[in-house]
Amino acid sequence: MTARVLGLLGILGFLVTWEVAALSGAVSRTYLPTASTTLLRLGRELTTPDFWVTLGDTVITWSAGLGIAVVAAIALGTVVGLVPFLQKATHSSVEFLRPIPSVAIIPLAVLVAGLSREAALMVVVYAPFWQVFVQVLHGVADVDPVAQDTARSYGLGRLDRLRHLVLPTALPYVITGFRLAASVALVLTITAELVIGNPGLGRQIELYRSAPDAPGLYALVLVTGGLGIVVNLATRMVERRLLRWHPSVRREEAL
Amino acid sequence: MADISTHEKPAEAAGTTLLSVRDLGKTYGAGPGEVEAIRSISFDVRAGELVCVVGPSGCGKTTLLKCLSGLLHPTSGSVALAGQAVVAPPKKMAVVFQEYGRSLYPWLSVRDNVGLPLKARRLPRGERDDAVRAALEEVGLGHALSTYPWQLSGGMQQRVAIARAIAYQPEVLVMDEPFAAVDAQTRADLEDLVRRVWQDLGVTVIFVTHDIDESVYLGERVLVLSSSPTVVQEDLAVDLPSERDQISTRALPRFTELRTHVHEQIQRAKRGDRTALPAT
Amino acid sequence: MRRIRLRPVLGALRTLGYAAGLPALALLAWALATDRSASLYFPPPATIADAFVETWFGPAFTEDVLPSLGRFAAGVLLSMVIGIVAGTAIGTTRWLRDLLEPMLEFFRAVPPVVLVPVLMLMLGVGDTMRIAVIVSGCVWPVLLNTVEGVRGVDTVLTETSRSYRVRGGLSLRYVVLPAASPQIMAGIRLCLSIGLILMVISEMFASSSGLGYRIVYFQRSFMIAQMWSGIVLLGLVGVAVAGLYGIAERRVLHWYHGMREVARG
Repeated sequence: MTARVLGLLGILGFLVTWEVAALSGAVSRTYLPTASTTLLRLGRELTTPDFWVTLGDTVITWSAGLGIAVVAAIALGTVVGLVPFLQKATHSSVEFLRPIPSVAIIPLAVLVAGLSREAALMVVVYAPFWQVFVQVLHGVADVDPVAQDTARSYGLGRLDRLRHLVLPTALPYVITGFRLAASVALVLTITAELVIGNPGLGRQIELYRSAPDAPGLYALVLVTGGLGIVVNLATRMVERRLLRWHPSVRREEAL
Repeated sequence: MADISTHEKPAEAAGTTLLSVRDLGKTYGAGPGEVEAIRSISFDVRAGELVCVVGPSGCGKTTLLKCLSGLLHPTSGSVALAGQAVVAPPKKMAVVFQEYGRSLYPWLSVRDNVGLPLKARRLPRGERDDAVRAALEEVGLGHALSTYPWQLSGGMQQRVAIARAIAYQPEVLVMDEPFAAVDAQTRADLEDLVRRVWQDLGVTVIFVTHDIDESVYLGERVLVLSSSPTVVQEDLAVDLPSERDQISTRALPRFTELRTHVHEQIQRAKRGDRTALPAT
Repeated sequence: MRRIRLRPVLGALRTLGYAAGLPALALLAWALATDRSASLYFPPPATIADAFVETWFGPAFTEDVLPSLGRFAAGVLLSMVIGIVAGTAIGTTRWLRDLLEPMLEFFRAVPPVVLVPVLMLMLGVGDTMRIAVIVSGCVWPVLLNTVEGVRGVDTVLTETSRSYRVRGGLSLRYVVLPAASPQIMAGIRLCLSIGLILMVISEMFASSSGLGYRIVYFQRSFMIAQMWSGIVLLGLVGVAVAGLYGIAERRVLHWYHGMREVARG
């Protein structure tokens, strides 16, 4: 109860500090609009159809990128995870490819696909793919060997074992990977829009910056934060719903 | 009365009251959701005594202990150590917790685990090292200085915790069901270790347990607590010889009598009967 | 005797085969595929290797690579210091945590790159802005993980410290921070990968030097092999940073890994 009041006070305090800082003129008003101006502008943006089209563009790129990454990672991860030879053979390559910053492929993507959503998708898919892929490997490796032997001794076929044994064991890992991947994909979607210039919130932010239209810029930054929170909450809810029983839900690392 | 001739302390000091608990009560929460854990507990512990506190499970033993050691503020009543009211963890008291796995610092070696409280006391490095080494040798772990707690077995971890308490050179050593989580053989060894430490160092020991046999075997005196909300059901002197042995002491008819007596008291406590049995 | 000696050699060879096999095959496939087609966008590996040596083993190393890495290091170190100090303060102070938590949740959710335009407006274009960009994105994972870690210290441990009167700086140094270190390290790992991304982005946007700038410049000038060599270099930097983190983590958390291994039996 008091925690909630204090939290509201914190938000209020932040807005007041912002307002005072902007009014004090320490930073030119052209570059730092007041909190009230920004919030009014945000309200106005929310009523324009253009804003919703832009937001829609971002959401489409994000969900397409996340979808491709997750499906590809689960398919490849399961195959590689189930075949020890493949796992050993790919290990070094995975360890090398994974930490490559996804923005490094922006120039290549632009070269190949132009300033388009396809180029953006190449960037958006890269990092979340590895995020989920590695989780799937962990998940498949976690299958209890005794349960595996038991299933085999009862004559369960390959496909049945996959469905009844591997999938349920790996599910928690996959879901956790999905949650992490969802926020990474959002960051990369907006990054790509900002740098490549495909339609979406990121491009609009860059347009407002070069105009310069500071209230618009700040208002959209607030929107991206809100979008990030919505994605976090939604994926966490999915995780809780599906994995109520799993210990990883009870104690998770902040991201 | 126990034979205290082996104590290093002068006889008159051994007789004085060291710890005094008066009308101690603890209620958690407030309003309709409040839980009265301890109603009213009063007892005294003389310097150099070994007192076991035993009671049915859930009777507020841990709450009592936390109030004694200044970790928890009682709702009513008071605790005094050597005439001074206990409002924060006192300098002269060391605590050994039940969960050895969680009370040792896993990122510190055994040496540093035992040495950290001494560092907090600003003991110079040389003295600190000597005290740590001596304490670990006392519990039979002189060889384990640079291992980590998680590399040791449960019983050995609890020995480290006891060494940490000894090195702290307390006047009162408080132990909260320290052997509840170790196997029977280790437990017997550790019980004898506690008796030996008590005799060697002349320290006052308050030993909380839910095990009746353990309380009688270890204690010079047993405090039986009632079920929650807790009061002292009985204050029993243990008149067994001071040299105790896992096999012969436990075979004494007197041991069996005392054990049965405490057992009946606890059964009565569970039923909520607060009257004491006639002394045996 | 001989046979026994042969075994470890064979084992080492097999390990090497597994580690190098796929990369070698991939390189070979690439070389074969690009040999005949002479695709404009996908030069053969040998050409990229040549471009790599030519481009980066010269003045570009001191003019572009080192300044980039310097800004990265400065930004990341600053983030770690700010994150750990502020996180410890917030994590150990109940009212401060309640006050700031909603705001922190919001800042964490803002994609760090959108702060590039904001900071460009406020600070202009320069090293300060580029380092500020890195800090503004990297500080949150360290800070929030530190808060979580410090708050989650086992109650038995804190009670032990209290009863032995281990307090203040000593408790912070020997109890609170080590207890939180697994989570703090997880935060630092994220901080590093976000930092690398922001280093590149801040240079792609507004710069006339740096790794990010160079790569975009090559792309716009259609210097394809050079662009590829830049991507390879960024990849190598990423791998090197991950490797350094791995070494540091094994050092800092050796007790944690040891404990978990024991727990697993």
